[in-house]
Amino acid sequence: MWEALKRLYHRMGSPKWFYEISAVWLPWFAIPAALFLIVGAVWGLAFAPADYQQGNSFRIIYIHVPTAILAQSAYAMMAISGAIFLIWRMKMAAWVAASIAPIGASFCFVALITGAIWGKPTWGTWWVWDARLTSMLLLLFLYFGVMALQKAMDTEENSAKAGAILSLVGLVNIPIIKYSVEWWNTLHQPATLKLTEESTMAMEMLIPLLIMIVGFYLLFATLIFMRTRNHVLWHERKKNWVKKLIQPEAEK
Amino acid sequence: MFFESFAEFLAMGKHGFYVWLCYGITALVIIANILAPIRQRKKLIEQQTRLLRREKKNASEA
Amino acid sequence: MSLVTATIKRDLVIAARNPGEWLNPLMFFLMVLALFPLAVDPDPKFLSKIAAGVVWVAALLATLLSLDALFKADVEDGTLEQWLASGESLFAMALGKVFVHWCISGLPLTLVAPLLALMMNLPENAYSALFFSLLLGTPILSLLGAVGAALTAGVRSGGLLLSLVILPLYIPILIFGASAVYHAGIGMEYAGQLGFLGSFLCISLTLTPFAVAGALKLNLSR
Repeated sequence: MWEALKRLYHRMGSPKWFYEISAVWLPWFAIPAALFLIVGAVWGLAFAPADYQQGNSFRIIYIHVPTAILAQSAYAMMAISGAIFLIWRMKMAAWVAASIAPIGASFCFVALITGAIWGKPTWGTWWVWDARLTSMLLLLFLYFGVMALQKAMDTEENSAKAGAILSLVGLVNIPIIKYSVEWWNTLHQPATLKLTEESTMAMEMLIPLLIMIVGFYLLFATLIFMRTRNHVLWHERKKNWVKKLIQPEAEK
Repeated sequence: MFFESFAEFLAMGKHGFYVWLCYGITALVIIANILAPIRQRKKLIEQQTRLLRREKKNASEA
Repeated sequence: MSLVTATIKRDLVIAARNPGEWLNPLMFFLMVLALFPLAVDPDPKFLSKIAAGVVWVAALLATLLSLDALFKADVEDGTLEQWLASGESLFAMALGKVFVHWCISGLPLTLVAPLLALMMNLPENAYSALFFSLLLGTPILSLLGAVGAALTAGVRSGGLLLSLVILPLYIPILIFGASAVYHAGIGMEYAGQLGFLGSFLCISLTLTPFAVAGALKLNLSR
């Protein structure tokens, strides 16, 4: 098992191998992602019962919660691949980190905006300084910082390293930020009505949520593959295997 | 099916606007996320093809 | 004399000869404070309610303003390369630089803030909380800020980028610092918040110098 993992890791370091294998893997992620998302959305929108307190507006949960979870774990993944890049100098890891940043930020944005829209029927205003929304907003700021740094330096390698260092510092900070925001929130406005109360969810509501979470993760993997493949093509453009790949196009 | 009719499904109680707005925005973001790398890839390959052609032309002229 | 103490001494002497370096953040602090009564409401009751938050926000911004120059000169004139060539640990060097930065920005802010809080009509029993929360909090601001300053030292117009990168990381300190002052003002216990600030200080003292050292090396390979 360990040996197999090690072999996989070393292969992952080879951009050519990744480019070839990801072409095979891509449909195995993309098609289930589409299936899960469609089934989950239809189930959540049309078949799950309405919430006794919030009515039908609660159906936003099927987007808000998966994207919020995803945005947070995407940041962690970005930081970890950044660390792999810093420690073992594996270029693939840097490209994966660069691919994750815009995807994670866009999911974070979706979680934020769906939370705000959900707030309108629930609390009567478009924005409430609720603990989850506030920490999502701060997470979005963290993403902005990393994305800005990833483009700031004069060489691509240094930009990647700067982004990796910042994302690691951010990773240490995320639990602290989350905790302090929650603490601040209970002090100032104890919310009487929370958007989500996971423990009290009925089975018929929970299953579509789980389906959506799986679907969003699969979509996330698909998107990472697509973006990382582009990074590989760009950085290896001077290598022979890429030239061979493009050759038939050029001869037309 | 939780709803009695399709019209009711669209209305979502009184919350149709909010629910559909959320799902619409999400769909847009997902589509943009899928299209961006595809377009980028096309551009990349086009650019490299042009480069390769030029290299070949220069080689044959010289 | 080791390189670190020599650098600390040199930087302190430079700051002493250029009073602008430590006076400018103070003046900025004062001006930001003056904006709030002008923009919102000069009513003393209202001011005393927002004083805790406003003083903390102003202190945070003033620190941020002074961070931009932290490593710029050392990167540009080659001092940084000399450090690395000397074999001295970058960890100690980073701590030394942060210490000097705190001496010329955080410490004066901490000393002056209680005086300026008078203008904001801060409740009387909040002054000690303000002093101690700033005393514990401003070193963290310097430590975290040093990471951002090291990352953006070689970037043109890095100042704006620096704020973008660092501000979200400042949020927990702002929350606990401002709440310590606020709670002291309404006569409640505030030792808990100071405890949190103290533990943040310990964490950042041990971890951030590594990040600063790593980030500084990026400016070398140019």
